[in-house]
Amino acid sequence: MSEFQWLSWIRGVGLQSAVAIFCMGIVWRTMEIYTLGRKLDIAEPRRISGASGWHTIYRRFLAPLGMIHLDPVTYIGGYVFHLGLLIVFFLSEPHIHLIRELIGLSWPALPPSMIDIVTIVTLITMIVVLVDRVRKPLKRFLSGFGDYVLWVITFLPVLSGYLTVHHLLLPYTILLALHMISVEVLLIVFPFTKLFHAVTVWPSRWFNGNTNARKGVPV
Amino acid sequence: MENREIEPLESSMVHGVSRRTFLQYCATLASLMALPSSAGVAFSKALSSVSRPPVIWLSFQDCGGCTESLIRSNVPTLEDLLFNSLSLEYHQAFQISAGIATEAARKDVVQKNWGKYLLIVDGSIPMKEEGVYSTTAGVSHYDLLMEMAKGAAAVIAMGTCAVSGGLSRAYPNPTGATAISRLIKDKPVINLPGCPPIPVVMTGVLIYYLTFGAFPELDALGRPKAFYGETVHDRCYRRPFYEQGKFAKSFDDEGARQGWCLFELGCKGHITHNACSTKKWNGAVSFPIESGHGCLGCSEPGFLDTGSFYRALSLPEKPIGHAVNALMAGAMVGGSMFMTNRGFKMVAAHTHLPSCVADLEKESGG
Amino acid sequence: MSASFHRAVNVLKKMIDTPIASYFNSCLHCGLCAEACLFYTETGDPKYAPIYKLEPLRRLYQQEYTLMGRMARLFGLSRPVTATEFEDWKTLVYDSCTLCGRCSLVCPTGNDIVSMVKCLREGMAIAGHAPQGMIDVTKRTLETGSPMGITWSALQRKIENIKTETGLEIPLNQEGAEYMLVISSLEIAHFPGFLTAVSKIMRQAKKTWTLCSDAFEASNSGVHIGVSDIAKEIVSRIVAGAEKLRVKTVISSECGHAFTALRWDGPNLIERPYRFRVRHIVEVLDEFRKQGLLQTIGHEEARLTFHDPCQLARMGGVLEPQRKLLKMVASDFVEMPDSGEYNWCCGGGGGVSDNEDAKELRLVAFTRKRAQLEAVNARRLVTACANCRIVLGEGMQHHQMNVPLLGLTELIANYLLETTAGGTE
Repeated sequence: MSEFQWLSWIRGVGLQSAVAIFCMGIVWRTMEIYTLGRKLDIAEPRRISGASGWHTIYRRFLAPLGMIHLDPVTYIGGYVFHLGLLIVFFLSEPHIHLIRELIGLSWPALPPSMIDIVTIVTLITMIVVLVDRVRKPLKRFLSGFGDYVLWVITFLPVLSGYLTVHHLLLPYTILLALHMISVEVLLIVFPFTKLFHAVTVWPSRWFNGNTNARKGVPV
Repeated sequence: MENREIEPLESSMVHGVSRRTFLQYCATLASLMALPSSAGVAFSKALSSVSRPPVIWLSFQDCGGCTESLIRSNVPTLEDLLFNSLSLEYHQAFQISAGIATEAARKDVVQKNWGKYLLIVDGSIPMKEEGVYSTTAGVSHYDLLMEMAKGAAAVIAMGTCAVSGGLSRAYPNPTGATAISRLIKDKPVINLPGCPPIPVVMTGVLIYYLTFGAFPELDALGRPKAFYGETVHDRCYRRPFYEQGKFAKSFDDEGARQGWCLFELGCKGHITHNACSTKKWNGAVSFPIESGHGCLGCSEPGFLDTGSFYRALSLPEKPIGHAVNALMAGAMVGGSMFMTNRGFKMVAAHTHLPSCVADLEKESGG
Repeated sequence: MSASFHRAVNVLKKMIDTPIASYFNSCLHCGLCAEACLFYTETGDPKYAPIYKLEPLRRLYQQEYTLMGRMARLFGLSRPVTATEFEDWKTLVYDSCTLCGRCSLVCPTGNDIVSMVKCLREGMAIAGHAPQGMIDVTKRTLETGSPMGITWSALQRKIENIKTETGLEIPLNQEGAEYMLVISSLEIAHFPGFLTAVSKIMRQAKKTWTLCSDAFEASNSGVHIGVSDIAKEIVSRIVAGAEKLRVKTVISSECGHAFTALRWDGPNLIERPYRFRVRHIVEVLDEFRKQGLLQTIGHEEARLTFHDPCQLARMGGVLEPQRKLLKMVASDFVEMPDSGEYNWCCGGGGGVSDNEDAKELRLVAFTRKRAQLEAVNARRLVTACANCRIVLGEGMQHHQMNVPLLGLTELIANYLLETTAGGTE
């Protein structure tokens, strides 16, 4: 198989399959989780302003009082690399081009130099977060094999994207192929691993917020 | 200094090629193939020698484009080279004789030059229905190829069809078109892909073979590294625009007029291994990108099955092609999980016996 | 697999629902819940990370309710949950969790971890893996009506004593009274001043109130140990008593868990709304204050701070009333760091104080409270939960601290403007 065919497979059949598995997984897992049913709370609720599931969805973006000092790496690292991933994915020119191709929507891109800075910051932050996971006994204890594999799976698309744009280390074709295949792996594992938190985090926050809001505690 | 060594030049004069032109040609060819200058001398000696190695050219499932390309070679005119330096014993398109006479001549050449002749093949071999899709004089091309390959010294697969199946092998490949190198395993086969190959690539390899009796260094796909070692993008004159992120967005925009990179218009130069951007076409006048059109990737295997010519490489081909089916499949799995989960929960709820304080210590009792 | 273990798995399967599934799928193993758990912060032992305490429940969920989990179990890729594992997890689920709910407050993905611990206790208790101390308490509650074995007649004697000492009349079994008070055995045994204080306040507020002989006990060890069926039986006694006496409001005494068990768990346990309101005594006092029925005189001068019982504040939603009440009677009220819904547990909630196995760990966990107290240098510590009061007392004794402890209701009663007896004018 030549590079050309390899790349063609990855950007054709490979990506189609990955997207298909991703779509299937999202629907399957969402249904699997959210059709289990729940008992409604029938205790007389206490209504106070500023407490509801919706408030909690927003409020959990913020670090609770004092917590940021207890574990700054997790909080700041978490903010930075999540924001970095969002910016790199949604605001870089090639990705906007792709989104326009797919759904017809587009928006202005950040200049490539900005994207470069964000990418490097994201990569460094992810490394810091990983080192923290390995070094801190608590996190190491809670981490399984999957946590490390998923770190790699999240890290590689960013790294390969950067290398592709700058033509570093390997021929462009191979880099482009690696970038796409790393994204495909990410798409495939997404619904079946903790990456799925991107979907479940919102209802989880809502459930928690709602439970507490009924008691009158703005959490 | 060179002049003294080159004696056989007289013969080339006979054919109307000037001595200067001929030497220039040999030196250029050597430098094109990144060979030392002594190779140019060797080329000139070989080309002007009297013994002309026989060449048999077979056309199978092809369009004739490779032959067209070859006869458009220049400096010196390659038909001149072929007819005078090589001995083209058989070529259906060039043959004056026809029918039984031609076939008899072919068999005669094979017999006389058993083990010595060079076999050039353009076009693919249809393998379905016992090769009935393409025949010559009632003989399937598969049989013809195998028969002719037996006595050949080496085989040259000329053009993408012969190299990897090309157009006829494109999806859905109704004839079962197959590449030459997949069929011939016991002879050296060199692949010269391209639709068509660049003329100088053809002549360069031929002359190299005639001179040294072997093929130049090949890559993993059997292509001479001298011509296919780099991508079109590697040496493209528009590459600086690529590096600067300046891309033409359509064929008639300002970027296109300014000669910016054609990547976003689907140029496949990045992944196409060929010498177009250096050797160029039509006497090195131009090549597709210079003429404003992206590279199609014609020298790469399977190039016709890799989506639109005009879609940027970085863009996926129909990524959501199966999304709707996938969503439905997901809904089915999710639905069955919903049913079974609810079933399990109901069973658990119905079989639950109210717990009492005695249950709390049950474990100690066993 | 023993029959009881099978029942345990069954009950967990019955209880695992969408929120729990959503929570388990959201966990990122970030460890922030541990930073909010005093058993981790005070020991530094990663096994006390709240989410880790739920491992058996997580595996059970995956194996039962996800397709991937079912397949993994089918192909032997995941170990089934075992009774041994439950036994191993006993120290994590019972000894080192006070159901304080602080982890649920900080989880960045919003996981309500404490609700899942309660769920897991449900299974572990049925399989016989609850601590003996908690089993004994539950038994006594069911047999005698009170976790400490205090009977109605014992309470009556206390009431007689109060009458002879203070002349205060405590109404018993009065149908149609506005308020019915349920109290914790701890208060009867250790803090009888609470009952006196309530009597004084009710007299000043001119409210009708009563105790109920069938339902005087407020606490619900069924909720602690995690058996809904038992919790339901215990809460039903109060519901029956209150509905028989046709009271408007049931007042939960100064006991945090008793309050949440009755106020928030109760209706869900009996699967119907109550025909009465449930209020914590602090809420009732605050209502009186707002209506001007609570008149105090003088102030506590010493620097004073308030320990928020987890079940009252974070888990019960009573955050402001206690502060307003304190400001009425204290001139130097200071907040500890991390107060209100972010308070730290005394270390003895969720049945941990009944659990002898957990005593050592509980005293280690108290280090956090000591640090909080030392940070504000308070001379008095007020709280509104009898259990907290006892655990705090033990902790201070162990850590050689000497800060007098007070119940909020008693403190208010101490500064009550004494009107002349009778109060009919």
